[in-house]
Amino acid sequence: MSHDYESSKKIALKTILILAVVTVIEVLIALSGKGYLFNGALMMPWYLMNSLMIGFSLYKAYLIVGEFMHLAHEVKAMAMSVVLPMFLLFWAIIAFMYEGNAWKGNREVILEKDRIEAENSIKTQGMLIRPETKDLNGH
Amino acid sequence: MAETTTLEHDTDQDEKGLWTGAKSPFKSSYGKIMMWYFLISDAFTFAGFLIAYGALRASMPTWPMPDFVFRTFPGLHGEHPLLFVTLMTFVLLFSSFTMIRAVQEGHRENKNGVVFWMLLTVLGGAGFLGCQAWEWKTLIVGENMSVTVDPFGRHEAAGVYLDAAGHESDDTFVAGDSYLMHTIGHGADHAEGGGHGEEEGGDHAADAGGHGATTYEAAGDFPGAVVDDAGYIHRKFKILEGREAGKIMTEEFGPRAFGALFFFITGFHGFHVLTGVLFLLIIMLNVAGGLYVKRKNGYEMVEKIGLYWHFVDLVWVFVFLVFYLI
Repeated sequence: MSHDYESSKKIALKTILILAVVTVIEVLIALSGKGYLFNGALMMPWYLMNSLMIGFSLYKAYLIVGEFMHLAHEVKAMAMSVVLPMFLLFWAIIAFMYEGNAWKGNREVILEKDRIEAENSIKTQGMLIRPETKDLNGH
Repeated sequence: MAETTTLEHDTDQDEKGLWTGAKSPFKSSYGKIMMWYFLISDAFTFAGFLIAYGALRASMPTWPMPDFVFRTFPGLHGEHPLLFVTLMTFVLLFSSFTMIRAVQEGHRENKNGVVFWMLLTVLGGAGFLGCQAWEWKTLIVGENMSVTVDPFGRHEAAGVYLDAAGHESDDTFVAGDSYLMHTIGHGADHAEGGGHGEEEGGDHAADAGGHGATTYEAAGDFPGAVVDDAGYIHRKFKILEGREAGKIMTEEFGPRAFGALFFFITGFHGFHVLTGVLFLLIIMLNVAGGLYVKRKNGYEMVEKIGLYWHFVDLVWVFVFLVFYLI
C-alpha cells in the first residue's frame, strides 16, 4: 500500500509538471505566432497555430481526465461510457463553424448589394427611387 | 425448455445473483459513477456555450484580438499580453494538484493530510476567483466593456488618425490593428491602461488628438472624433488603402456579442469554481470533524468533489484555448 502511495504521488507530480510546461508552450506559441516575441521571427499562419494549440489542449485534457480524474485506470467500459458521448461534439463543432461562416458570407452579400444599390441611386439622382420599399431579396 | 431452467436457476440465487446487482460491472461506486455522468452533462453545456462563441466569431468580419483585450496585469504598466490569464491558469492547475494529493491522503486514511491539501485547494480556488474578479473589474470599470457594448475593435484597412484639428496625424495603423474606444471623463490616468497598440505614443497623443480623454467634455461631432451620447469617443481616421481609400471614418464598436459571450461563459465557469470552493469547504470541515473516518471507504466523498474540481480545471483548459489562445 505504501509503495502504491509513493508511486501515485510521483505520477501526480509528474502530471502537474507536464501540464504547466505545456501551458507555457501554448502561451509562447500564441504570442510568438502573432509576432509579439522574438521580433516576429516565429510568426506562423493561423491554421498551424490553432491546430497546434488545439492539439496541446486535447493533450492537457487527456492528462487531467486520465490521471487526475483517474479515468485511464478505470474499467474500460466505464471510460468509454464517458468518452464516447464526447465524440458527438466533433460534428457539432464542424456544423456550427460552417454555419458561422455561412452567416458571414450572407452578410457580405447583403453589404455588397447595398453598396451597388447606393451607387445606382447616386447615378440616377432626381429619379424617384425608393430602395426601402424593396423586399428582402432586393426585388 | 433450457431457457426456463436457466431462468429458474438465476432466480434461485436471488440473494447474490448477477441480475440483482451483486457485482459492479464498472468496479466503481454509485456515487462516483453518477458524478461522472453529471460531469458529462455539464461538459455538453459548456461545449454548447463555447461552440456558440465559435460560430458567432466565425460569422463576424472582425473579432477583438485576445492579446490586445487581455493585456493588463495588476500593478504593472504597459502591455503584457496573456500574462495574467496564464497566471490564473497556473493557480487553477496548482489547485488541481493539491486536490489529487488530498485524494491520495484519503486513500491511506490520513485525516490531517486530507484537511491540509483540501485547505490548499480551497485557497487556490479562492485565488482564482480573486484573479477573475480583478480581470472583470478591469474590463468593466477601466475599459467600459459590458454585456452589450464591446469597445474593442479592429481596423479593417490601413489608415491614419486625424488630430484635434481634423488634419492627418502621424498616428497610423494597418489592417487588423486593434483599438480600444475610450470614454470622456476618464481622465489621463486611463490612457496608460488602454492605448492603440504599439503605435501609441503617450506623450504625443495629446497634440495628435490622442484619445481625447482630456480633450472632449461632451457629446458632439468634433474635427478629430465623434463623441456619442454614452460618452464613447469614436476617433476619426482616414482610410489609406482598398476600395474605401480616402474616406474619413470613425471608430466603431466591436462585435456586440463579444461582451455577452465573455461575461457569460467565464462567469458560468467562475460560478462552477465558486460552487466547488463552497463544497470543498463543507467536505473539508466534515473531514476535520471525523465524519468520514467511520465510513472506512478511503474518503470517497473527497474523491467525488475531487472529480468535480478537476472537471472545473478541465473546462478552464478549453475556455483558455477558445478565449485567450485562438
